[in-house]
Amino acid sequence: MEEKMLMKGNEAIGEAAIRAGCHFYFGYPITPQSELTAYMAKKLLKMKDAVFVQAESEIAAINMVYGAASTGVRAMTSSSSPGISLKQEGISYIACAELPCVIVNMQRGGPGLGSIQPGQADYFQATKGGGHGDYHLIVLAPSSVQELVDLTMDAFDLADKYTNPAMILGDGLIGQMMEAVEFKERKKINLPDKEGWTLTGCKGREKKYIVPFNLDPYEMEKLNLKIQEKYNKLKEKEVRYETVNLDNADLIIVAYGIVARIAKTVMSNAKKEGINIGLIRPITLFPFPEKIIAETSEKVNKFLVVEMSMGQMVEDVKLAVNGKAEVNFYGRVGGVIPTQSEILTEIKKYLK
Amino acid sequence: MKKVFESPKSLTKDPFTYCPGCHHGIAHRLVAEALDEFGVREKTIGVCPVGCSVFAYVFFDCDMICAAHGRAPAVATGIKRAKPDSIVFTYQGDGDLASIGTAEIVHTANRGENITVIFINNAIYGMTGGQMAPTTLVGQVTQTSPYGRDPKTMGYPIKVAEMLSTLKGVAYISRVALSKPAYILKAKKAIRKAFQSQIEGKGFSLVEILSTCPTNWGLSPIEANKWLEENMIPYYPLGEFKTPEEVS
Ligand SMILES: Cc1ncc(C[n+]2csc(CCOP(=O)(O)OP(=O)(O)O)c2C)c(N)n1
Ligand code: SF4
Ligand SMILES: [Mg+2]
Repeated sequence: MEEKMLMKGNEAIGEAAIRAGCHFYFGYPITPQSELTAYMAKKLLKMKDAVFVQAESEIAAINMVYGAASTGVRAMTSSSSPGISLKQEGISYIACAELPCVIVNMQRGGPGLGSIQPGQADYFQATKGGGHGDYHLIVLAPSSVQELVDLTMDAFDLADKYTNPAMILGDGLIGQMMEAVEFKERKKINLPDKEGWTLTGCKGREKKYIVPFNLDPYEMEKLNLKIQEKYNKLKEKEVRYETVNLDNADLIIVAYGIVARIAKTVMSNAKKEGINIGLIRPITLFPFPEKIIAETSEKVNKFLVVEMSMGQMVEDVKLAVNGKAEVNFYGRVGGVIPTQSEILTEIKKYLK
Repeated sequence: MKKVFESPKSLTKDPFTYCPGCHHGIAHRLVAEALDEFGVREKTIGVCPVGCSVFAYVFFDCDMICAAHGRAPAVATGIKRAKPDSIVFTYQGDGDLASIGTAEIVHTANRGENITVIFINNAIYGMTGGQMAPTTLVGQVTQTSPYGRDPKTMGYPIKVAEMLSTLKGVAYISRVALSKPAYILKAKKAIRKAFQSQIEGKGFSLVEILSTCPTNWGLSPIEANKWLEENMIPYYPLGEFKTPEEVS
C-alpha cells in the first residue's frame, strides 16, 4: 500500500513513528515541534495498547522513555533545543543502559531561550554526546519531509540494531514545511532479539536489572569500551550521505538538513554564472561521513561549510579534510536562514 | 515444626550493605514480604533511586532498573504504561523524592499512575555524607546546615504524605516508622495496603517511612531510634492520610 499525502514535517514524523511501531510517546510542548506532540496525542490516545503522556517536563518525558524502552517497546520523545538540553542526563542514562529509543530535536535558534525560528546550533550537543560521559547518539539529519518519514523509520531500526538512542536532528523550518510524502512499504529487516535485556518480570527466569553505573572503575571502563565498539561499528557500516557534482567542482559545499536544500539552489544559480559547485550532504551526522570528505579533498581544494550556527560541523569537516584543502565557513544564527544569494556571494570570495 | 522466620523469596541472598542500625534493610524486607504474600514477585519491576538505596537492585530478587536522581516516578510511569499488568514500585529517599524529584512525584501522583512508592524519610542526604534534605527538621545540624536548619532561609521540612494526599489521583497514602516492633507491624500493613491498592488498579499509592541514618546523624543505632521517636514523629505524625474505602 503506497499512499502519497500532503503533510507538515512535524506530523509526518509522528505518522512515520506510529507506522514504525512506536506506540509510546512522551512529550512536552515547545515551538517549533508542538504539532508532533499534538499529532501523537490525536492518534495514540485513540489506539488500543498505545500510550501518549504529556509529561510534566522534558526531564520527566525522557525518563518515561527510559522506563518504557526498558520493557522492550519502541518509545519516542520530541522537543526543540531548550527542551533537548533538559533531557541530556536522561539520554546519557539511556545510552549507558544501552536501550533503544528515538529522540527528535527540531532545532531553533539559541542559546538560551533563543528564538523560535530554525537553527542548527545543537550540532555539537547532538553529535558529541550532549550529556555527560563518553557516548554518542545515532544522529540523522533529514532535508525534506519525505526524508523525515524515511529517516524516522530508519531511526527506530538503527536504535534497535545497536541498542542505542537515535536522534532525528531537524530544524524549525523542516518541521513546519508542507510537502507530499509517501509511506512506502518497507522491507522487513532482521533485528536483534530484545529478549536478553527487556524487563518483563522474572517469571520462569532469573531476575534482570538495568543499572547504568558501576562503582568499580575497571568494570565501568569495560562498559565504556563495549559501547565504544558499537560506535566503531556504526562508523564502519551506517554512514550515509548524498553527493552532487563532485567531479570537476571548483568548490564543495558541505551542508546538512534544510541548508543543503538551499545549497542546491545555489549550485544551479552558480552554474548559470559558469561556477561549478559540488555538494556533500551528510545524512548521518554521527557517524560522520568523513571518508567521502577526505577523498574529495584530494581532488577539490576549496570547501565551504554552510550552517545555521557559528561553525560547528565545520570542525568535523576540517578534521576529515586534514589540511588537504582550504575549508571556509559561512553561517547565520539565532533563527536566521542563509539566503542563496548571500551564499553565492560568499563562494565568489573564495574563487577570486 | 513450623518455620516462623525465613528470608522472603523477593530478597536475594546478598547480605545488606547498609550501615548498622540503618532502616533501609528493614524497609527492603517489608516490601519483599509484601511481594511474596501477594505472589507478584515474578511480575514486579522495581525502580531504585540514586541515594544509599541505589543498591536495592542487588537485594530485591525481581526485575529492577536504576533511575536518575529524582526521576524514579517518571521511569515507573514509562514501565507501568508499557506493561500495565506488571507490578511497579519505586523506592526513593527524601533528597531524591522531595527535593530534586518533586515535580516527578507530584505529577505521577496527580496522574494517578497505578504504581507504589516506598518513600524513605531519614531527614538527611545519606549517600552524599549528611547534607540537609527538604525533610531535615528545624534546627537540625547537617553538613549544609551547620548551625541548624533555619527556616527563615532554608524553609520548613516538607510533609510529603500530607501534601500528596490533597491530590485527587492518589489512592493510598500513609506514614509509618520502623523504630520499634509495634511500628514495624503497622508499617508492614501499610505497605501491603499500598501494593493491594495497585493490584486492584486503584491508582497511586505511597508509604512514607520515617527511617534512621545513624551514620550521618552521628548517633548509635539505639540513640537514632530514640531521636526518631522524639523528634521526627511529633513533626511527622504517623497514620493513614488517604485510603480508598475498599483497601482500608
Ligand atoms: C543529578 C544528581 N545530583 C546529585 C547527585 C548526588 N547525590 C547522590 S545521592 C544524593 C542524595 C541522596 O539522599 P536521599 O535521597 O535522601 O537518599 P539516602 O541516601 O538518604 O537514602 C545526592 C545529592 C546525583 N547522583 N545526581
Ligand atoms: S549512610 Fe545513612 S541511610 Fe545510608 S546506609 Fe548508612 S545509615 Fe543508611
Ligand atoms: Mg535521605
